[in-house]
Amino acid sequence: MKIIVTRAGFLTSVQDLGRAGYRQFGVSLGGALDAFALRVANLLVGNNESAAGLEITFGGLQLRFADERVVAWCGGEFDVRSGSAPLPAGHAARLQAGKELRFGRPQSGCRSWLAISGGIDVPIVLGSRSTDLRASYGGVEGRVLRDGDILLLGARPGSSTLATTGIGLWTGPHDWVSPAKRDPMLRFVRGADWARFNASTLQRFTSESFAVSPDSDRMGVRLDGPELQRENNVDLISEAVAPGTIQVPPSGQPILLLGDCQTIGGYPKIAHVITVDLGIAAQLRAGDVVRFSEISLAEAHRLLLQRERELERFRIGLSLHDS
Amino acid sequence: MEIVPLGDSALIVRVRDRFEDAPDEALNEVLRTFRRLQDAAIPGVIELVPAYTTVAVFFDPLQIMAAGTEPNELLDWLSERIDAVVAAIGDRGRAEVFPARVVEIPVCYDPEFALDLERVAQHAQMSPNEIIDLHSTAKYRVNCIGFTPGFPYLSGLPKKLATPRHAEPRKKIPAGSVAIGGAQTGIYPQQSPGGWNVIGRTPLRLFDAARKPPVLLRAGDRVRFRVITRAEFESLKR
Repeated sequence: MKIIVTRAGFLTSVQDLGRAGYRQFGVSLGGALDAFALRVANLLVGNNESAAGLEITFGGLQLRFADERVVAWCGGEFDVRSGSAPLPAGHAARLQAGKELRFGRPQSGCRSWLAISGGIDVPIVLGSRSTDLRASYGGVEGRVLRDGDILLLGARPGSSTLATTGIGLWTGPHDWVSPAKRDPMLRFVRGADWARFNASTLQRFTSESFAVSPDSDRMGVRLDGPELQRENNVDLISEAVAPGTIQVPPSGQPILLLGDCQTIGGYPKIAHVITVDLGIAAQLRAGDVVRFSEISLAEAHRLLLQRERELERFRIGLSLHDS
Repeated sequence: MEIVPLGDSALIVRVRDRFEDAPDEALNEVLRTFRRLQDAAIPGVIELVPAYTTVAVFFDPLQIMAAGTEPNELLDWLSERIDAVVAAIGDRGRAEVFPARVVEIPVCYDPEFALDLERVAQHAQMSPNEIIDLHSTAKYRVNCIGFTPGFPYLSGLPKKLATPRHAEPRKKIPAGSVAIGGAQTGIYPQQSPGGWNVIGRTPLRLFDAARKPPVLLRAGDRVRFRVITRAEFESLKR
C-alpha cells in the first residue's frame, strides 16, 4: 500500500485538483498546474479523476512500488522507464510489486503528472491533498518530496482499465497527454484592465513574441520581451487575480500567473490565458518563446465545453476497453 | 457598478471606483454585495473574494453550460443574476448597518522583533516610542486578506507612519511580524519574503490550516493593537 521515493528528483510534489473555496482567506488554488493532464492520467489508471498524484518538474524522480499498481502519466516530453521498458505518455501500465519507475530529463516542456491506482493518501488539508509549497501545508508536510520518503497509497480501485501485465494500448489525444509545444501560441481573452493599455502596447502584446525567464515557478511565468507600457504608471487598487491572468508590473515585463499565484494583485491585467491552454502554459521553461492570440470569451467557453465532451467520450471509451 | 470578466472562469464585480475617499463606505458596500451574493448561491458559482472596491466571482463555466446556457450567453446569464442580486439590496439594504467584529491583537514592539522601527522613526522624524504609541492607539480595518494565507491588509494607519517599502524585499520575515508598507499596515501570518517595514510581532497565529475558519481576521473586521511586554509575548506564545 505504499511507494518508496528512492530519488525525489529536482522538484516533485503531491498535487490534486486544488484547494477551491478558500480564496477569500488568501489561500491559493494550487493543485496540478495542468489539472486536465492529471484528470486524464487518473482516468487511465481507474482512479477518481480528482485523486492525488505527483507533479514532477524536470524529472530525476525514481519510485519503487511495494505492491502491484497501475500507473499512467501525462505532460512534457519525458523519458519514463520501468527497468529498461519505456512507458510512453498517456498509456496505463501495470507494475508488479518491487518494480521501479524512473523519470528522466524532459526533451521539451518541464512538468509531468503521474497517477497511481488508489491515489496518494496524504491528509486532506482545507479540502485538498495538494502541496502548497509557499505556505507549507498539504501534501507531504507541506514540502517537496525528499529521497527516502514513503508515500501511502489509497485502496486500489475495483475497476481497472488494464487487466494484463504490460502497457495498455488505449490512450488519449496527443494534445492531452503531451501538451508541451515548442514556441507555443497561447490563446487569451481580454484582461480585466485591457482598456488601461494604449493601442501600441496592445499591438505589441498580440504581435510580438516573449521569452520565458528563468525566474519562473509554480506561481507564475515571467516573460522577457517588448516592454508593455502602461497608460498611467500606477498600480491599481488590489483585486482578485486567477491562474492564467497576465499582469504587467511597472517594469513592463509581463507575468503569466499559474496555479500557486496569490489570490489578489495590484498590477494591471492585460489578458487571461484561456483554461484550455493552461496546460500548455504549465510546460513553459526558461528560453521558450511564446506568442499570444486573442479569442472571444464565448469561444473560450465553447472550447472548454468541447474538450469536456471529448473527455466524456474518452471516459466511455475507457470503460468499453475494460476487459 | 461594473462587471468585467477575469478570464473564462471568473469575473470581477467593481462595486466602487475609488477607495481612499471613503474607505469605510466602500468596504461596507463591498461586504454587503459579498454577503448577498453568497446568500444568493447562484448555480455554478464556486467562491467569492471581496477586496477593497470589488467582489470577484469564481465560477465553473462547465456547470453553467451543463444546465443549458450556451457558451455565447454565459457571461450575460451570470451578469443578469449578479445584477438582480445587487438591485435587490435596494435603499433599505444599503441603510443596513453590519456590526463589524473587533479583534484585539497583542503586539510586542521589542527591539529584537522591530527590525525596522528605527527606519520608520527616522522617516517620520519621531522617536521609536512615539511610533509605538501612535501605531498601537490607532483604529484599523481589514480591507482584504491576501498576499499569503491570512495576511490582512489594514487601513487606518496614521499618515505620519506611512513608510515606503524596502527597495530590496527581505528574504525571510518571521511569522507574526507586524509591518508597515506604504500607507498600510499588515501582519505576516507565516514566515515569508516581504518588503514591508517590520515594527513588532504578535504571538497570535493568524492562519492555521487545521482551524475552522483557518484565518483569525476577515475582510471588514476592525482591529486594535495592544502593546505587550516580551514576557507577555513569550507566555502567550506558549
